[in-house]
Amino acid sequence: MSGAGKSTLVRCINMLERPTSGSVLIDGEDIGRLPEAKLRRVRRNVTMIFQNFNLLMQRNCLDNICFPLELAGVKKPEAKKYAFELLETVGLPDKAYAFPAQLSGGQQQRIAIARALATNPKVLLCDEATSALDPKTTQSILRLIKDINKKLGITVVIITHQMSVVEEICNRVAILDEGSIAEKGPVRAVFSNPKSEAGRRLVFPTNTEEVAKHA
Amino acid sequence: MLDLILSPEVAEKTLWIVKTEFPLAVWETLYITLVAMLFAAIIGLPLGVMLVAGEKGGVLPLPKGLMNALNVTINLLRSIPFLILMIMAFPLTRLIVGTAVGTTASIVPLVIAAFPFVARLVESSIREINPNIIEMAQSMGASPLQIIIKVMIPESIPSLISGATIAVTTILGYSAMSGIIGGGGLGKIAINYGYYRYQYLVMLLAVVLLIAMVQIFQSAGTRLSVKSDKRLKQNA
Repeated sequence: MSGAGKSTLVRCINMLERPTSGSVLIDGEDIGRLPEAKLRRVRRNVTMIFQNFNLLMQRNCLDNICFPLELAGVKKPEAKKYAFELLETVGLPDKAYAFPAQLSGGQQQRIAIARALATNPKVLLCDEATSALDPKTTQSILRLIKDINKKLGITVVIITHQMSVVEEICNRVAILDEGSIAEKGPVRAVFSNPKSEAGRRLVFPTNTEEVAKHA
Repeated sequence: MLDLILSPEVAEKTLWIVKTEFPLAVWETLYITLVAMLFAAIIGLPLGVMLVAGEKGGVLPLPKGLMNALNVTINLLRSIPFLILMIMAFPLTRLIVGTAVGTTASIVPLVIAAFPFVARLVESSIREINPNIIEMAQSMGASPLQIIIKVMIPESIPSLISGATIAVTTILGYSAMSGIIGGGGLGKIAINYGYYRYQYLVMLLAVVLLIAMVQIFQSAGTRLSVKSDKRLKQNA
C-alpha cells in the first residue's frame, strides 16, 4: 500500500537512506557503520533496479551495462566483453548500440537488469521494478528475474504492491503496513491464511471499495 | 542623415573601408569572442557544477560559507554593468596581458563578465538531471567525483551546448562594446566610424555583420545541441 514504507525499507538495505535506528547486516557486517568508500564497495554486491529503469539516456545500452564496471575500475575491453554476455542473458543481444529512448519499457528494464548484474552481485534489489510495465511485459520480466535467482544464485528482494508478482515468483513475503511489518512468512502460508488485518486486505480484496480507500 | 548614407561619394568611401578594414575586424571579433568563451567555460563549468553538487543534500556537499561566498561573488560580478567592469578590470588586465588597451587586453574583462554567466547556465543545465539517475549511480557505488564526471556532465551535454550557444552570442555582443577601450573588431569600427566620424553606412554594415555572426552561431549551436541528444530517436 502506498506510504507503507516499502521503498524506504529497500533503500535502507543499500544505505541510499540511513535508518534512524537499528542496523543493516550484510554477511554479518553492519553496513551503516562502514566508511563511504567501503560502503561503495558493498553496493557493488547489492545492486538495484528501479520502477523507471533509470538508464543513462545519453549512453547506448552497451555503455549503460558497462557503467558499474567503469565505476569499479574494470578495463574497457573486458567490461565490453562481459556486457555483451549480459545482453545475451537478458535476451537483447542485438540492442548493444541502441539508445534507451529507442527501446520499449520492458526492454529498458532488461538493460537495467543486465546493468545490475554486471558487478556479479549477491543481492538484487527490485524497487517496484514491474509497476511501470503492462501485464504481459511484467510476466516476462518476472520470468527473467526468477531465472537469475535460480541460475546465478542471486538473492532477490522484491518490493511491490502487486500481489500477483509476489504469487508469481516469491518464496517468502513480508507485508508492510504504516511503516512496520504486519506479518511475514512463506508465501503459501501467508496467502492461504493471512493473520494480520493488512494481510487480509491485500490477499482478499473482496470489498473493493474498502481496499481502494486503503490503497 | 539620409544624405550621409546615400551619396555616391559616401558609398565609395564606405566600400573602401569595407575592403580594407572589415576582414581584420571580423577576424578580431571572432578571436576575442572564442578565446573569451574558452576561458569563461574553463572557469565557469567547474563553478556551475559546484553550485549544484556542493549544496546541502548534493552529491558533494561543501561548507555553507564557501557556497554563500561563491553565490555572492557570482551575483556581484553579474550585476556590474559591462562598461564599468571593463574600466574596473584595468589593473588586473595590465597584470595579465601587460597592457589595459587593445584587442587581447579586452579579453580579460570579457572573461570576468562571462564566467559567472556561464556558471549560472551550467548550474541550470545540471539541475535538469533527473535525481533518480543520481540515486541510481549512488546505488551502483559511484563516488561523488564519478557521479559528476560520468553522469552529471555527460547526461546534460545537449543542454550544456545550448547554454554555450547563449554564452557565445552574449559575449559577441559584449565584445562590440570593448571597442571603447581599444579592443578591435566590428564594435570598434562601428564606434569609430559611426559615432566619432558620422559615417553611418559603415556603422550600419558593421552591425549587419554582427547580426549575421550571432545568427550563424545560434543556428549552429542549436543544430549541434539537437544532434547530440540521444533522447531523440532520430539521432540514435
